[in-house]
Amino acid sequence: MLAVAHVLGTMTACFGLLYLLPIAWSLAARDGLVGVFFAAMSINAVVGLGLAAATRRFRRELKPRDGFILVTLSWTLMSLSAVVPLMLAIPGLSFTDAYFEAASGLTTTGATVLNDLQHLPPSLNLWRHTMHWIGGIGIIVLALAVLPLLGVGGMQLYKASMPGPVKDEKLTPRITETAKALWFTYLVLTAVSILLLRMAGMSWLDAVCHAFSAISLGGFSTQDTSVAAYNSVTIELILIVIMLVGACNFSRHFLAMRSLSLRPYAHDSEGKAVMVLLSTSVLFATVLLWLQGAYPDFGTSLRHAAFSVVSIATTAGFVTENYELWPAFLPVWLIFLSCITCSTGSTGGGIKMFRTLLLVRHARRELKLLVHPSAVVPIRIGGQVVPDRIVYSVLAFIFLYFITILVLTFAMLATGLDLVSSFSAIVSSVNNMGPALGAVGPATNFSSLSDAQTWICSVAMLVGRLEIFAVVVLFTATFWRK
Amino acid sequence: MKIVILGAGQVGRTAAYHLSREESNEVTVVDTNEEVLRDLQDRLDIRTVAGNAAYPSVLEAAGTASADIVVALTSSDEVNMMACEVAYTLYRTRTKIARIRSAEYTKHPKLFSDEALSVDVWISPEQLVTEYVAQLIKYPGALQVLDFADGRVRLVGIRARKGGLLVGQALRTLKEHHPSTEARVVAIYRAGRSVPPDGNTVIEENDEVFFLAAREDIRKFMSEIRKEESPARRVVIAGGGNIGLSLARRLEEQHHVKLIERDPKRARRISELLLNTIVLNGDAADEELLIEENIDSCDVFASLTNSEEANILSAMLAKRLGAKKVMALINKPSYADLMESGSIDIAISPQTITIGSLLAHVRRGDVVRVHSLRRGAAEALEAVVHGTDRTSRVVGRRVGDIPLPEGAAIGAVVRGEAVMIAHHDTMINNDDHVIVFLSDRRHVEQVERLFSGPGGR
Repeated sequence: MLAVAHVLGTMTACFGLLYLLPIAWSLAARDGLVGVFFAAMSINAVVGLGLAAATRRFRRELKPRDGFILVTLSWTLMSLSAVVPLMLAIPGLSFTDAYFEAASGLTTTGATVLNDLQHLPPSLNLWRHTMHWIGGIGIIVLALAVLPLLGVGGMQLYKASMPGPVKDEKLTPRITETAKALWFTYLVLTAVSILLLRMAGMSWLDAVCHAFSAISLGGFSTQDTSVAAYNSVTIELILIVIMLVGACNFSRHFLAMRSLSLRPYAHDSEGKAVMVLLSTSVLFATVLLWLQGAYPDFGTSLRHAAFSVVSIATTAGFVTENYELWPAFLPVWLIFLSCITCSTGSTGGGIKMFRTLLLVRHARRELKLLVHPSAVVPIRIGGQVVPDRIVYSVLAFIFLYFITILVLTFAMLATGLDLVSSFSAIVSSVNNMGPALGAVGPATNFSSLSDAQTWICSVAMLVGRLEIFAVVVLFTATFWRK
Repeated sequence: MKIVILGAGQVGRTAAYHLSREESNEVTVVDTNEEVLRDLQDRLDIRTVAGNAAYPSVLEAAGTASADIVVALTSSDEVNMMACEVAYTLYRTRTKIARIRSAEYTKHPKLFSDEALSVDVWISPEQLVTEYVAQLIKYPGALQVLDFADGRVRLVGIRARKGGLLVGQALRTLKEHHPSTEARVVAIYRAGRSVPPDGNTVIEENDEVFFLAAREDIRKFMSEIRKEESPARRVVIAGGGNIGLSLARRLEEQHHVKLIERDPKRARRISELLLNTIVLNGDAADEELLIEENIDSCDVFASLTNSEEANILSAMLAKRLGAKKVMALINKPSYADLMESGSIDIAISPQTITIGSLLAHVRRGDVVRVHSLRRGAAEALEAVVHGTDRTSRVVGRRVGDIPLPEGAAIGAVVRGEAVMIAHHDTMINNDDHVIVFLSDRRHVEQVERLFSGPGGR
């Protein structure tokens, strides 16, 4: 436990370094928040270094068991430390709301409780988006490099989902090297995104902020009306592309970059399924909107359908149109898509396409076994056989996923919120998506929620982000038994 | 001809048996198991040497120095290749044949090219058997389908049944049914005895008829002899060994294939290798399993496990439960004879299938392909004739004028790409491939002499 504290201390101190970014921006923009961020950085440094120094003699190699605690605590505590500048900079912001905002940032959810975003100091907006950005790379490294060591989700899935010739090319043999490679990939993709958005006409601040929140599939915006404020097809197109990149397994991006070819994508059966699902949904939504006369012509229908479907399905959560006003089928379908669409090893949330495919194949196998009781039917994804052990763990995951949603929805209902808002807010939070329906729909935000409801959503975001297992295991008796 | 056979397994023993029956061959068999060798020596007129087949000392003792052919048939691919290597390096043996089972080796033809391994010819019994069974499934009704001239000409063995247009009629009438295309009936077996076919021979029910035809004409002529059967769609394979697996792989694209394997681990492994086959874990002789899997609606049931008794039993059971056609892999010739006249439609004999590819290299003259038939009693071979009308007794003559021994018939001539069904007046040219059917293989040496070119070989 104390060894974990040592790592957490170091981590907190390092996390403090991120404040350099808003500090620099604040100096340039002269928005008067330098002191606030400097104070936040100092607190992080003092607490972090102090903790690290105090627990120095307990330093040792971490065991898998420590990993679970570390993973859960790092997200909760980093959110806690990120609360500081928010509360200092916005007088009157409650701790509950500040924690929600920070957790929403770090879990790349993108639901906000703040209003009048365009008038926030630029450096504070930058900080909100920086949390997205760091949360995005955090989850990629977590999913592809750390969780597999703990035997949860990530690499097991990722190993099994690597079909064909790429399979043996493990990214790099060592975890730190893998993490570095992913960092590099992430940096390059972010830089390209910033430039593209800037060229499309955004200010530097908006370009940086939106690039951060799009690549991490977060969904924070510098505008109250989100992306609708720009009313630009080019910007929407660029964001769609960035979101699709973010929803793809980052190990593919790394391999593609290293080999300078698109071949790694061709072998990505998971990615292909994502694209098929998205394009059919876009097409269907377009036709539906067009037929129902929501928009005057096919082109406009296509534009809004494409952006909303990609934004919600990939769990980014940018908004251009109030999709709640669309035919009832669509908003519910969008929420459903957000549960299953993203790839493993992406910055998105939800069940992930790999698990969805696995579930479908498993159901198909069970049907086959009804007809041929003695048959031996392996489950394949992209031609690779998936070991039964993984199939069972995925089944358990999906069970826990629904239980989580169910329990938290009941909790929300108990606080007196209506069914649609409760359910959609929880699904949206667990999937780290952002906007939901009803009281927390695309036209509003989470600021209308009561304190209790806000806390429930914060928990939902953290549990969803950490692939449920890593959190739930902490609440089992076997975990704590020596 | 001096022949050294390495390995006295099933294939090795059968090869020794077939080769030693011919007077002119001197056969030596090498194996590590002395008991097997002693037993073999008691039954066959051969020499035996005990020892590791790849050791130079053992090869030396087996007389490899003066041998014409080394046939390496041990159970180990590596030993076989090494033995060929040693035989060539130390004794410059002319022809080296090795059994290579693993596709890891055989899928790289470069390994067996001139500058690489000293293996002139590799044979893979599993592959040959797979091919054989696949042909039988492709031509429902056939007892045997054998390729000549790279498959352009095929010899088909088929049992006459009521409903065939030609049954009860003289062979002469064949031409009236199909004026434009041709086939040649080369042999008819009635109640186990050969009936020399000519224009007046009447085909009776239950006759075993062998005919030669170009690949594309086969189906048409099969319908002459028995009612045309619909092509097989549903195939059940019992036994997931190498043969079962590779057969399923070949068939699964175009057929509904089910494969029954008893060992759960092996079943799991196979299921991962096969994409469209339903792999069932269970006993092929389990009546409930067969009924559960609708054995009564299956077109072909092929029992291909290692145990011939199990194959016979499960095939008989499948037949009784309603499988349209059953095949069983049977090693013992006596079992095969017993079964084929009874409840099993086709007995597949791996040795007979394999031995043909060995015989082609033992025959004198330029023989490119040999198929052993009817458990080795008959033989069909494809020979290339060389020379001029002066130097050869075949070239420049008409088929009718060639002094063939009794029971032998020239069925077809392949000239370049063209396939010609032989008539009395077909002229034979230099470099023609001639396909000869011998209903009595004791005359094979006469045929060899006839076809070996100037000076023989």
